[in-house]
Amino acid sequence: MSDLSGLYQELILDHSRRRVGDGELADPHASHHELNPTCGDEITLAIRLDESGSTIERIGWTGDGCSISMASASALTELATGAEVEQVRRLVDAFRTMMRSKGAGEADEELLGDAVAFHGVSKYVMRVKCAMLAWVALEACVASATARDA
Amino acid sequence: MTLDPTATLGGRLPATLRDQFPYLAQELNGHPLAYLDSAATAQRPTAVLDAERAYLERSNAAVHRGASTLVGTSTGAFEEARATVAAFVGAGDREIVWTENATDAINLVALGMADASAGLGGSEADVFALRPGDEIVVTEAEHHANLIPWQRLAAKTGATLRWIPVGDDGTWGIDDAASVIGDRTRVVAFAHVSNVTGFAAPVADVAEIAHRHGALVVLDACQSVPHRPIDFGALGVDFAAFSAHKMLGPTGIGVLYGREQLLDALPPARTGGSTITTVTMERAEFLPSPHRFEAGTQPVSQAVALGEAVRFLDGLGMGGVHAHEAELAELLVDEVARIPGIRLVGPPPGAPRAALASVDVPGVHAHDVGQFLDAQGIAVRVGHHCAQPLHRRLGLRATTRASAYVYTTADEIRRYGAALAEVRGFFGAGA
Ligand SMILES: Cc1ncc(COP(=O)(O)O)c(C=O)c1O
Repeated sequence: MSDLSGLYQELILDHSRRRVGDGELADPHASHHELNPTCGDEITLAIRLDESGSTIERIGWTGDGCSISMASASALTELATGAEVEQVRRLVDAFRTMMRSKGAGEADEELLGDAVAFHGVSKYVMRVKCAMLAWVALEACVASATARDA
Repeated sequence: MTLDPTATLGGRLPATLRDQFPYLAQELNGHPLAYLDSAATAQRPTAVLDAERAYLERSNAAVHRGASTLVGTSTGAFEEARATVAAFVGAGDREIVWTENATDAINLVALGMADASAGLGGSEADVFALRPGDEIVVTEAEHHANLIPWQRLAAKTGATLRWIPVGDDGTWGIDDAASVIGDRTRVVAFAHVSNVTGFAAPVADVAEIAHRHGALVVLDACQSVPHRPIDFGALGVDFAAFSAHKMLGPTGIGVLYGREQLLDALPPARTGGSTITTVTMERAEFLPSPHRFEAGTQPVSQAVALGEAVRFLDGLGMGGVHAHEAELAELLVDEVARIPGIRLVGPPPGAPRAALASVDVPGVHAHDVGQFLDAQGIAVRVGHHCAQPLHRRLGLRATTRASAYVYTTADEIRRYGAALAEVRGFFGAGA
């Protein structure tokens, strides 16, 4: 089973059980539903901004999917809650770059924190979409919340 | 990992069978490959690969076009393959139409019926014309390939789509069918064997009810033709569809079976070269079946390879294939049933089923189950298997399916069982 430990790092399994952010968010500024049609995994992720509109105050999501997609939503919630919108954009970009790396190079641990645990997932091409699911939803939420404010 | 040849073949089939499938000799993630995904696509024996190559090296030319010696040779090989396939399923040569795959074959019927409903086939095609108030009947367990074409046909014609409901295990019975099929029913389309549950439908009984009400019967035979002796005439179906790639043959070719008089009257949904008798600037007259449906250049080397796959299966004997798989099915169910907490979809242990099993592992998503097995060299299919409504009915989003074929060994099934038993522990999903 040692071959699997690169994919299912303890941090990922732990997040898949803890599911940080699991639950519907009241009065969201933006909400987005994302579906992976090949496997049926889905997530509805919502965000609330603070009064200034520049910081993500809260994230909540409901979803059904594999351990990778659920753990990724959980890690994202921990990382992006309280972060400035600009910082969240950088996070999403960095996460996407890491997921496209096919396991090569070093992930940006300073920026991505615990989410670097997903670096190993990038080697499994069939699972990259699982890891991206919540991040794509977050990106869409940020785009629509900030467009409305502008 | 030793292969027990008698376990491989139930003592009925050639012990050297596995050597004839180069694909199966591979390793997957450092383990001997246990290929348990033949319901998705089967592996091909060397004889089938060689037949396609031999055709291309010596006999390849356009078919049914021109008059040269070469065209005679290629056309001969092409039509001989058709005759081989026809004999395999109890059909006449003119009752076998080449298509891209089974999906395409079902579409050809549904699209032809839409054309007939639009008045395109003349009075001979009346039997295919649907009007508002007519009903199309499917089951809740269908593969999307045998559902969506009928949804579209209903939308185009104003007919109503109805379905035979399934029980909590995903299976249905003749009473369920009888309660839905009625005098308004014009088509009954269903799978012979479900690709999710392994349940085999009572085809002849359903056909009898459908015909009593004047309805046409369309059989999705994707999971039956590769695995058991089939005689479409004896089953009493009007149309049937299957794919070469699930029966040791190539991708890119499938088969539509239809009763001759029906095929000759069904409007060809795809038209063009090779389908016609006389063409003027205003209109075209079509050939009888099968050529009226085979528009454009056909998958010729694939047809030849499919013919070889059928000869290979005939050589094994479909009765023996079926018996071998019945044994594997029993073992597969035993292996799954002895693991606490795992839900087996489909007929209960002891009831007949095809050699496939879809399971839900509570607390672990099918993708994770599949990945865990993959790491141990065991290839299965995860997901909804193109049957979303069935999964929804079962209260599931995805399942893990293991499926066997002629080359599958008892040992591979046991490896699957042993690995499956470890899944919940690995993911911390309780004992
Ligand atoms: C029951 C059933 N119907 C239809 C299909 C579609 O076959 P194909 O994709 O070869 O057209 C499949 C296979 O995926 C199947 O198992």
